[in-house]
Amino acid sequence: MAILMTETTETVLPDGRVEGERLWLFPVELEGATGWSSRPEGLCRGSICVPIPPGREGEFLRGELIDAAALWRHLGQPLVHSADGGAWVLGTAAADRVAALRTLEAPDFSLPDRTGRQHSLSEHRGKKVLLVSWASW
Amino acid sequence: MWQALYEELKGHGFVVIAVALDSREGDPLAWIEAAAPSYPCLIDRDHRLADLYHMVNVPQAVWIDERGTIVRPTEPAGAYEGFRRMDRMTREMPADAARLTAEAKTTYLNAIRDWVRRGQASDHALDAERARARAPRPTEDVARAHVFFRLGQHLIRHGQPEEGDRWLAEASRLHPDSWAIWRQRAGVTELGLAAQPDFWARVDALGERRYYAPVDMKGMP
Repeated sequence: MAILMTETTETVLPDGRVEGERLWLFPVELEGATGWSSRPEGLCRGSICVPIPPGREGEFLRGELIDAAALWRHLGQPLVHSADGGAWVLGTAAADRVAALRTLEAPDFSLPDRTGRQHSLSEHRGKKVLLVSWASW
Repeated sequence: MWQALYEELKGHGFVVIAVALDSREGDPLAWIEAAAPSYPCLIDRDHRLADLYHMVNVPQAVWIDERGTIVRPTEPAGAYEGFRRMDRMTREMPADAARLTAEAKTTYLNAIRDWVRRGQASDHALDAERARARAPRPTEDVARAHVFFRLGQHLIRHGQPEEGDRWLAEASRLHPDSWAIWRQRAGVTELGLAAQPDFWARVDALGERRYYAPVDMKGMP
């Protein structure tokens, strides 16, 4: 069993999907976890498609399975896994963060309150929001 | 600090969303219970907002207008360096440091009041060009730090604390400006205040550099 964490998702994968630096997902799992899907044009998310380099399909695909780690490295996005390969995190590149922050659109998020109820920033559209960090440390 | 401001301004289309960058089980809950605020108090164990908004410390704030546009990017929220001049035994601050600390807080609160009243006409609500100039620019090391932090927290919560802590250490090494990562990893006293020698040593190591980045706001010390 392995767990795959992205910015907004956590996906439990069955045994056999991790092979060293490779992380094999079925297309529906990849799309659910990351939004990326496999199309004739290559690997796509929204309006962006990244062609699989010709002759290097084996680095990314095995039958139906897609190596999410190879995709992430190819995209230049940060990723990491635990020593035993049981936990993986696929992150977001700094360049994407910088570009997003420069649009001045406040990134949406959903986090729980102390009762476990989820709250999102977008719920408060129409009000002026002071988003403020704090901690007990 | 925010409850009174929220009560004062909530009738004018204003809300505070407080986010605890806090991973330890139970820690933020006790503090929230004690304060019982009426605005959303959210718990961000994985420091997701630190990643999304490039927050490196607390308290830091982002001002977001009715259309979801950032009018003041991430900045210290009325906090000031005065605590560095505190007597570490008695916790007393010299009078001038105390005054400047209070001034920083008041200046920030008044700026928020001005924004809520006057909207984009307020000097403190930045136009797109000025807001973009202040937008944070995380580096690739910072992006990796957030990934390592997430993994480390997961491992700590799931029975692998030693490896988890190694990832947190690496995250802190990659993102040394983040007090949120460093302090999350370091211990705290029962009071919830990071008063131990490691913290002061790291603060002292800043030398002339600021613990809280200077805020470009009229009247801010």
